[in-house]
Amino acid sequence: MNIRKIKAQIITDTVKKLFMDCNYFIGDDITAALKDGLKREKSPVGRSVLSQLLENNKIAAEEQIPICQDTGMAVLFVEYGDKVVIEDGSFEDAVLEGVRRAYEDGYLRKSVVSDPVFDRVNTGDNTPAVIHTRIVSGDKIKILAGGKGFGSENMSATAMLTPSKGVEGVKEFILDTVRKAGPNPCPPMVVGVGIGGTFEKAAQLAKMATLRDIDTKNSDERYAELEDELLSAINRMGFGPAGLGGSVTALGVNIETYPTHIAGMPVAVNICCHAARHKSAVI
Amino acid sequence: MKRLNLPLTEADVLDLKAGESVLLSGTMLTGRDAAHKRLYELIERGEELPVDIKGELIYYVGPAPAKPGYAVGPAGPTSSYRMDKYAQALMDLGLRGMIGKGARSQEVIDSIIRNKGVYFACIGGAAALIAKSIKREELLCYEDLGTEAVRRYTVEDFPCIVAIDCRGNNVYEDGVKRYSEERG
Repeated sequence: MNIRKIKAQIITDTVKKLFMDCNYFIGDDITAALKDGLKREKSPVGRSVLSQLLENNKIAAEEQIPICQDTGMAVLFVEYGDKVVIEDGSFEDAVLEGVRRAYEDGYLRKSVVSDPVFDRVNTGDNTPAVIHTRIVSGDKIKILAGGKGFGSENMSATAMLTPSKGVEGVKEFILDTVRKAGPNPCPPMVVGVGIGGTFEKAAQLAKMATLRDIDTKNSDERYAELEDELLSAINRMGFGPAGLGGSVTALGVNIETYPTHIAGMPVAVNICCHAARHKSAVI
Repeated sequence: MKRLNLPLTEADVLDLKAGESVLLSGTMLTGRDAAHKRLYELIERGEELPVDIKGELIYYVGPAPAKPGYAVGPAGPTSSYRMDKYAQALMDLGLRGMIGKGARSQEVIDSIIRNKGVYFACIGGAAALIAKSIKREELLCYEDLGTEAVRRYTVEDFPCIVAIDCRGNNVYEDGVKRYSEERG
């Protein structure tokens, strides 16, 4: 395969469009789940909340304004083909410029502060982003982008379980994390779960799980069943839409896994609100 | 649905019941994490606040920028628990109530009861819809905080739900208990 040259501007334009689109246009999977929830929801207040969310998302798409004011910190999963060379610039600079342009030109909120503890001064352009890059063979670049709101991000957790805890231990930790989150992460939520790898790999898998459409299941039947079982258990908790009480607390549970060490069973739970925003592109 | 004009009177507040939906019209203040920290530090030092909070509602919001032709950008509530540390001091200085989303600490609930206040919830993530009821915004202070600056919103039929009333009834507890299907 020959070397393929890609202009930095193409990367910037693609990233800009991904972040604007994901903040204006909710996925069809979420719309279908909200409509389905409306049929199942037992609480009148809950049904009213779900109707308002559907209406909100319709307004956002029609007027091309953000679904939620928290347009998130920019997270990107990149599969970078090893035959690609960026012309006139660096890949990372091109990505960051795309984020900057999306948040400025797209009227998205700038929510990033420069230093987490001491300064906490807004960087003014929503950069830097969190970029996970994997070099793969090929001459293409695949970008999966998500704007991650922090109302739900703050409710996330990681545990280093011992293998003896088994599947029961995994379930217990996931359900405890959701129960502690309660009404805060803007239910009905999407629960991303990462199991395996190392401490940081589990968290990364959980983030990736939140960026997967909820109408897809894990390809391993055992995990697909676990996704269904956890979703039912969460929907028995009673938090409901907006946490005001009801039967639709979560829209989906997505699990991603990775091989792990003989001594461990890391589990990470990354919670996402109903505005589970993500878009992808291949360059 | 019940319609109320802002500022709320004590009689209005006494009449509110947790779980009821209301539409608010009038003016309210906005503020979230960074602004609360600054206000709280002024109170701790015994200094005067840059805005008069007496009788006001404060909406926990950091809006997105307004597109040309819009009065405000999308402006849904942020999680209230992060303001729990500061809420009591503001209530004790005469703040009538708060608008946000999610549960509050027992200290905040006690302060709502003691001060005959109220905590309203609006729908997290319904920012585009909620912004339709915000007709005007005016910057009051802390412009350097950007989205976190303190503003005055003029609202018409702003939709919210009484989450915690002045008797301490709490929809986040009662509503969830009612619909929980968990054993024990």
